[in-house]
Amino acid sequence: MSSQKISLTINGESVEAEVEPRTLLIHFLREELNLTGSHIGCETSHCGACTVDLNGKSVKSCTVFAVQANGGELVTIEGLANGTEMHPLQEGFYEAHGLQCGYCTPGMLIRAYRLLQENPDPSDDEIRVGISGNLCRCTGYQNIVEAIRYAADKINQAEGAD
Amino acid sequence: MTPGVFEYHRPNTVEEALALLGQFGEDGKVLAGGHSLVPMMKLRLAEPAHLIDINAIDGLRGIRDEGDVIVIGAGTTQAEVLTSDLLAKKCPILPEAAAQIADPQVRNCGTIGGNCANGDPGNDDPAIMMALDASYTLQSQDGERQIAAREFYQGIYTTALADNELLTEVRIPTPAEGVGMSYQKIKRKVGDYAIAAAAVTLSMSNGQCTDAAIALTNVGDTALLPLAAADAIKGTSVDASAVDAAAEAAMAASEPVEDLRGTREYRTAMAGQMTRQAIVEALSRAAGS
Ligand SMILES: Cc1cc2nc3c(=O)[nH]c(=O)nc-3n(C[C@H](O)[C@H](O)[C@H](O)COP(=O)(O)OP(=O)(O)OC[C@H]3O[C@@H](n4cnc5c(N)ncnc54)[C@H](O)[C@@H]3O)c2cc1C
Ligand code: FES
Ligand code: FES
Repeated sequence: MSSQKISLTINGESVEAEVEPRTLLIHFLREELNLTGSHIGCETSHCGACTVDLNGKSVKSCTVFAVQANGGELVTIEGLANGTEMHPLQEGFYEAHGLQCGYCTPGMLIRAYRLLQENPDPSDDEIRVGISGNLCRCTGYQNIVEAIRYAADKINQAEGAD
Repeated sequence: MTPGVFEYHRPNTVEEALALLGQFGEDGKVLAGGHSLVPMMKLRLAEPAHLIDINAIDGLRGIRDEGDVIVIGAGTTQAEVLTSDLLAKKCPILPEAAAQIADPQVRNCGTIGGNCANGDPGNDDPAIMMALDASYTLQSQDGERQIAAREFYQGIYTTALADNELLTEVRIPTPAEGVGMSYQKIKRKVGDYAIAAAAVTLSMSNGQCTDAAIALTNVGDTALLPLAAADAIKGTSVDASAVDAAAEAAMAASEPVEDLRGTREYRTAMAGQMTRQAIVEALSRAAGS
C-alpha cells in the first residue's frame, strides 16, 4: 500500500514522515516518533487518554489518521513543560494530587491546556464538563478539578501581574 | 486496533469529492468527523477501499440564515453548532442537543452531516431533524435532490443515500417565533448514546397547542416520528392528561432492543418519560401558552 508524505509541526518542531493512510495519529506518535506520553486507554474512542492538541483543538488521536494531521500544528504532553520548568497545569496536578496511577494524566493535562485557553477562569462545573471526554479510573476527579483550578489561578495571577 | 488498508483522498471541492464518489461507488466512503466511521474501521466492521476525506472542503462548513430556512453545511461540527448564536436564537434545540452528544473532543470532530447520514439509531440529530421537518441536500455527479429527514431513514445503517451521493447540507424551515422546543435525553454517562430521547417542537396560541411534532431517538431501528403522540397534544391546552396521552402514544410506538442500556420495558418507559419532559420543557419555552 502506498505511503503518503506528511509534514507537520509537533511541539514547535517540523516533522516530515512517510505514513500509511491507515496509521492512526496515536500510533504514529508512539511508534514512529517514540512520543509515548500520549496513551491508549481504550478501543472505542471513549477514554481520552490519547488526547492531543491539533490546530488549536483537543482531539482523540486514536480516532484521527496521521495523514489528516498533514500541514497541522500538534501539541502533545511532551511539549507542555518549558524546558525543566513545569507548566502550571503540571505543577497543579503535582500540588493538588491530581493523579494516582497517572495513566489518564497526559490526556487530562493536554485537554486542560486547551480548556484554559478556551475558558481562562472556569467554574468547577465548567471544568467537569470540559474534561468529560477524559476518563480517570483512580482519582474520582475531585483532585483533578482542583489541580486545574490551581493552574487557572496561577496563570491568571501571572497575567494580572504583567 | 488498526483499520484495514485503504487509499486516502482529500478533495478540496465538492465537485472533486463527487467525482471520487462516482468513480469508486460502493468501494468508497466519505470520511467526515470520523467519530463513527473510524471506530468501525478499527473493529473492521467497515473496510472501505477508498476513504474520501471531506474536511478540506471549506464550502461544506457553516451555518446560514436564508430567511425562511436555516442551512447548515454538512461539515459543520457539533462544537460549532453548540456555540452558534444564530442557532441559539432561532433553533435552540440543536445546541441543546449538541451539548448532550458525546464529549468535547468528539464534538470538535463530529459533524452534523455525519450524524445525519450515519444511520445509527443512537445518533441524536436524526430525530431532531425529523421533528423540525428538515430536509437534506444530496448531491452526485448526476445532480442534486432534496429529501425530507422524515423519508431518509430506512433501517439500521440503511438510508436513502446512494453510494455516489454526498450529503452537502441540512435545510431547516426556520421555526416561527415563539415555537417552543426541547430535546430530552437519558443516558448512562457522558458520551453514551441515549437509553431513550425525545425531541419536541410545539406552537401555542391563546393557550391552545396549534402545532406539534414529536420524534424519538434510539428506541427503534431508526429515529421515530410517532404522529399519534403529537396528535395527542394538538388542539389541547397541553394539560397533564394530554401530556400523559402523548407519552402513552410514544411508548406504543417504541420498539427498543434490550441491551446494556436496559430492558425493553425500561427503555420504552424512558421513551415515555423523555416525551413527557420534552413536552413540559418545550411548553415552558413557547410563547402564547
Ligand atoms: C465516545 C463517543 C461518543 C459518542 N456519543 C454520541 C452521542 O451521544 N450521540 C450521537 O449522536 N453521536 C455520538 N457519537 C457519534 C458522533 O457524534 C459521530 O461524530 C457521528 O455519529 C458521525 O459524524 P462524523 O462527522 O464523525 O461522521 P463519520 O464518522 O466520518 O461518518 C459516519 C458515516 O456517515 C457517512 N458520512 C459522513 N458525512 C457524510 C456526508 N456529508 N455525506 C455522505 N455520507 C457521509 C460516512 O461515510 C460514514 O458512513 C459518539 C462518538 C464517540 C466516539
Ligand atoms: S485511546 Fe481511548 S479515546 Fe483514544
Ligand atoms: S490517575 Fe489512574 S486513571 Fe487517572
